[in-house]
Amino acid sequence: MSLNHHLRHAEAASPEAIPDQQPREPQPRGAKVHGNHPVDHDEAAARFIAAPHHEHMHDSRLWDLRQQRDAQMHGIEEWEELREHASRVKSHTLANLGDYLEQFTAAAQANGVHVHWARDAAEHNQIVHSIMSDHGARSLIKSKSMLTEECGFREYMAGVGIEVIETDLGERIQQLDDEPPSHIVVPATHKLRTDVAQVFARTLGTDPNNSEVHYLAEQQREKTRPLILQADVGMTGANFAIAENGAIAVCTNEGNADLSANVPPLHIASIGIEKIIPRVADLGVFIRLLSRSALGSPITQYTSHFRGPRPGAEMHFVMVDNGRSERLGDETFWSSLKCIRCSACMNTCPVFRRSGGLSYGATYSGPIGLILDPTMNRRKYSKLPYASTLNGSCTNVCPVKINIHEQIFEWRKVMASEHQPAVAERAMMKAAGVVLSNPRAYRAAVAGADRALRVLPQFAVDIPLNPWATPGRETPQAPRETFHEWYRRTDGGRIDTELPASGEDGSGTEEDQG
Amino acid sequence: MSAREEIMAAVRANQPAGDFPLPETVVFPMDERGNRTEFFLHNLGVMGGSELYVVDGLESAVQSAFPDAAVIASAVPELQGNRDLSTVAEQADLHDVDVAVVRAVLAVGETGSVLLADSDIVVNSLVYLAQHLVVLVDPDDIVPGLQDAYLSPEFQQHAYLAFHSGPSATADIEGVLIHGAQGVRTLQVALIPRS
Ligand code: SF4
Repeated sequence: MSLNHHLRHAEAASPEAIPDQQPREPQPRGAKVHGNHPVDHDEAAARFIAAPHHEHMHDSRLWDLRQQRDAQMHGIEEWEELREHASRVKSHTLANLGDYLEQFTAAAQANGVHVHWARDAAEHNQIVHSIMSDHGARSLIKSKSMLTEECGFREYMAGVGIEVIETDLGERIQQLDDEPPSHIVVPATHKLRTDVAQVFARTLGTDPNNSEVHYLAEQQREKTRPLILQADVGMTGANFAIAENGAIAVCTNEGNADLSANVPPLHIASIGIEKIIPRVADLGVFIRLLSRSALGSPITQYTSHFRGPRPGAEMHFVMVDNGRSERLGDETFWSSLKCIRCSACMNTCPVFRRSGGLSYGATYSGPIGLILDPTMNRRKYSKLPYASTLNGSCTNVCPVKINIHEQIFEWRKVMASEHQPAVAERAMMKAAGVVLSNPRAYRAAVAGADRALRVLPQFAVDIPLNPWATPGRETPQAPRETFHEWYRRTDGGRIDTELPASGEDGSGTEEDQG
Repeated sequence: MSAREEIMAAVRANQPAGDFPLPETVVFPMDERGNRTEFFLHNLGVMGGSELYVVDGLESAVQSAFPDAAVIASAVPELQGNRDLSTVAEQADLHDVDVAVVRAVLAVGETGSVLLADSDIVVNSLVYLAQHLVVLVDPDDIVPGLQDAYLSPEFQQHAYLAFHSGPSATADIEGVLIHGAQGVRTLQVALIPRS
């Protein structure tokens, strides 16, 4: 174990500790979810903002990831060409998904992998359960997988008496605290170290007054390892499924996915049917983009390729639809299936950074969540499309070039046409209100809005679904840099740097135009 | 209809129509700053790995790097070690390994990664359960970038292949970087040509 503040890999970011607060600031909890009732994002966001230490740590941590991502991008001349390639490969694959699924399945079966198909979450959970029953398996270790979150897998297994152990540190923290992940890459990023110390003290019996991060991480390592050594089944997700050779690629930092897949005699991988890419060579492009976009690191510590079971072991792939085939047919929203779950759009989003992932009350949060969640439950997530400034920053950072902010806007139109316009209006004014009532949040929103004027199609600025385009309010001329941006860029005038001359280039802090 | 038939039918019915050609793979040249090995070692350092200097043979290099190691498991002919990998019954049996020594199939300058293959590491869990990992790399096996690496035929030949880029790491708590998350605590590369 070592700590090096200068390294830029794994998920490392803001290394300075926020001093422990006395009395401890309680962790704000997520949105209150009541069945199908529309989730009230702004109510939960207001509570997150009302916890300044949490809000500040969360905001600066994710902004740091965003800035590291920019640094990586600037180091690669062909960045835009890589994005274009990735986007086109994904569009092509989705347009020919039937053939590629057939090719992938045939190759996987030829490699000795058992392939299963699940129409929905329930079927996925039953399949895994029945594989386990067939083998008399009782315990399962798993690495992080948003798909299994989507399927409510842990809850299901708890119901049938099978213990599921999360092996990723952040995901384990969330499991022990009985909370879902708040972020698709760093699941416990909304928690302060003191919150983690409390959770571990309660559940693992660690010292509640020791919130030293090394101590906490080491405790989890030591407590999890025996569970890994004894597990009957290991489960992973898949970042990519390669049609050409029937392999899956899994990208992680902690080594836990490889332990989960390699130590038990049975490996089960849950794979969304949209994860397919045609060729091994395409991985060269996607792997170059993924971790750089996500965490600003050149690559994850581990990029593993599972093509078949090792001698004496078994490998099972569960191909999951759960609404994907239906979304594929949606003219406006199908391209959201290109998402490679890098989280760049979340890290850059001023609303996400200041409201925390749990305030969305959904499996997927942040900009990508706003366009995925309503496809799963339109009523429950009807207010989410308003949790955005439409500043376009998400679209600019997306490595597969999904037009995220335009799709969010399209969802507002859908919601407005299906609901009382008064409700829609109230929701959007409230969402804007929460962000604007907080000074730091307001500054970011202003910065976002200014730039949005340069990137948004004019219709999005004009029509009354945009909270900044109320009747009688002129669209202001966007200044190239706000005072606060200037202050941050120059450290209050101490650093004498020129703002890039190009009018397209935005400010010194958000160089994501184009 | 079976789940598979139903999903496939829905997929085929809903696939977006239109012209979406598959782009050719373009391998972009990598600026290696004049020295591929240095480029690799630099990026290995960025990812938290380091070089194991071998002056007096591998055996003494490993011994002086890990003087307290009780169990050394070697999958390479260059080092004997004291755990026979050919007789390991269960993957979990390697939980007590202090130092694992393996050889990389290839290495990647761009990211400082080493590519480990099932046939070379003998027992897959070895390179995760060990506390420390030493990887032998032949400088001639270093390729410039990830895109070059993915053109290797190895990807069609192995059931299991993994890029390791530095040691296991996490920053899940407040972004503080920790080496030795669930896998190895350190990763060192020894530049030793294949014999
Ligand atoms: S929508 Fe784009 S930026 Fe957001 S998680 Fe998906 S791939 Fe990443």
